[in-house]
Amino acid sequence: MSDPLAAGPEFPQAARAALGDAQLRRNLAHVTHSIRAKRAAAVAELPDWEALREAGRAIKAETMRHLDEHLEALERSVTAAGGVVHWARDGEECNRIVGGLIAARGATEVVKAKSLTTEEIGLNEALQARGVHAWETDLAQLIVQLSGDTPSHILVPAIHRNRAQIRDLFRAELPGAGPELSDDPGALAEAARVHLRELFLRARVGISGANFAVAETGTVAVVESEGNARMCTTLPEVLITVMGIEKVIPAWHDLEVYLQLLPRSSTAERMNPYTTLWTGVDPADGPREFHLVLLDNGRSAALADEVGRQALHCIRCSACLNVCPVYERTGGHAYGSTYPGPIGAILTPLLTDLRAGATLPYASSLCGACYEVCPVKIDIPRVLVHLRGRVVREGAHGEPGERVAMSALARMFDHPRTYAAAQRLAALLTAPLRRRGRTITRLPGPLRGWTSAPGGGDAGRDLPPPQPSFREWWRRNRP
Amino acid sequence: MRVALFVTCLADTLFPDTARATVALLERLGVAVDFPAAQTCCGQMHVNTGYGHEVLPLVRRFVRSFADAELIAAPSASCVATVREEYPRLAAQAGDAGLEREVRALGPRVLELTELLVDRLGVVDVGAVFPHAVAYHPTCHSLRTLRLDDRPLRLLRAVRGLELCELPRAAECCGFGGTFAVKNADTSLAIGEGKVGAILESGAEYCVAVDSSCLMHIGGILRRRRLGPRPIHLAELLARTGATG
Repeated sequence: MSDPLAAGPEFPQAARAALGDAQLRRNLAHVTHSIRAKRAAAVAELPDWEALREAGRAIKAETMRHLDEHLEALERSVTAAGGVVHWARDGEECNRIVGGLIAARGATEVVKAKSLTTEEIGLNEALQARGVHAWETDLAQLIVQLSGDTPSHILVPAIHRNRAQIRDLFRAELPGAGPELSDDPGALAEAARVHLRELFLRARVGISGANFAVAETGTVAVVESEGNARMCTTLPEVLITVMGIEKVIPAWHDLEVYLQLLPRSSTAERMNPYTTLWTGVDPADGPREFHLVLLDNGRSAALADEVGRQALHCIRCSACLNVCPVYERTGGHAYGSTYPGPIGAILTPLLTDLRAGATLPYASSLCGACYEVCPVKIDIPRVLVHLRGRVVREGAHGEPGERVAMSALARMFDHPRTYAAAQRLAALLTAPLRRRGRTITRLPGPLRGWTSAPGGGDAGRDLPPPQPSFREWWRRNRP
Repeated sequence: MRVALFVTCLADTLFPDTARATVALLERLGVAVDFPAAQTCCGQMHVNTGYGHEVLPLVRRFVRSFADAELIAAPSASCVATVREEYPRLAAQAGDAGLEREVRALGPRVLELTELLVDRLGVVDVGAVFPHAVAYHPTCHSLRTLRLDDRPLRLLRAVRGLELCELPRAAECCGFGGTFAVKNADTSLAIGEGKVGAILESGAEYCVAVDSSCLMHIGGILRRRRLGPRPIHLAELLARTGATG
């Protein structure tokens, strides 16, 4: 099975393909701009937003410092409340645990609430290989699943599809949807609802992720808009929750901070429509069995990176995607990972210890818009630059020419006379251009991309030719 | 007041007019300008591309070059941000406590041009004349790192004859991003096209900014597509006192 954290070609190539898709570009620009404006308005309503962000950051930073203790406390609380806790080192172990639990109940299908963590480990495919069909029940995730696609946005997994495309997909693939189905959003939602209702009532096993898990009480929280996750976590007899170990928070009152930060940052709502909280099992209500699988899958490696570890603070709101000028143009698939956008550009290389996504830290202009909106103040530009340093120092992607050139340039800049001589040479070589009032329209070697886009067409940038330098002028005129 | 000019390698080599305009503007305002010739490049490109470990000699060079300067000013937000934000980290990573102390002491003395004008010299009207329609693009480092706020706009509003055009979606990046512009050239250009579109929408004849690097990118696209609006650095605009240009 391919690794969902290392899917597809490297970023520059994948981005080039996405940039050529006009429909995708229109959808992305429309959706990201509209969410962007709404988020800004929702956040502006809170006079203490900056204090909330700081609290969100501080709680996570403190939790990461004692992550082992908080996880053990969580295990004790969940166990005391009648749940069963499992520990999974990686995706394979996690999939084996979940598969085993389902097989022991003799189930051949499960209903699933949207969960990035299970996407990250390819759980659906692993279950399919064991003869178990996992039905996605989040509307957008269902669209993605029916089309054999992968999500391209953390919150809006089918952001790359418009409603005409969805109507065609439902007509062809959705059980019970006929050729009379229109592209009216209400009609599309109703067709999905009819299909899903039957599944919820039929399935005996439900699978969910977790937004938060409270160590103190053993309570798991899932935050959503559609109500499907509530169905998945309450109707089936057996509930299995897969959770990355970084989702633990120490105390019940910490929820107060995150339940304010998350909806405003992700859907621009004051409060999300459904917040489902459960603690172990209750003989009178809900599932008879509850299993919590705690997944590492590279998180310990990320934690070991002192600068990068703040990426584990992420609460998956996707605000950084919506403000990112790169994501807006390329969409999520170009990032080749379950985690797209600015957060994905740091999370993917960290989770894989740079085995995947070595071009991702470079997939940013370092504009800083992501840091500005992050509800837990992850300094994404700083981590990107830090990871670029790791990529270079650990030789994670081979650009030996670049290494030599950068070294030579650094040495030249430490020798002002050599630097001045290089300036004079450049000015001399480009003197004919300047005399004719021309610009540089074609650069050689690694600088070629400046003057002509590899993607072709006439896109590119002219460059003014080097001139007799300022320092030369100063030396002559200001003795 | 004496100010040492931190010219930046980009202005020194590709945009000497901007550097000379900075000198002319400051001298017109009664500032004595020095140019410490030992300075070269701050190392921003190296740091941002992952070669921070290569530029410690440049950090030391910067500290040496400007050791005697009371105030240091540069016509670039991103170069100033490199010195103020990255230098202490680089020194700390190298485990050089002495250098870290020095760069931390130096940082507050390194100013972006509009910080010098508005905060230290206390001027907003620098006596400039520029009878043109102008759109101001706030570069990412000026907006989100140095937080220059409305300093550039206050300076522009005081320029005689200048018509300030509103730039749609002004706070969005232009797509330059240093080596990003060549490593991810297609994406960089796609973002740049958006900025150029906004400049055209604004109706401006000139796009003004405080970073030559972003202007080189925006201007490069404008020129390639043979579009009318021209890039201009704020220092050059503020240096103009006649109706020429």
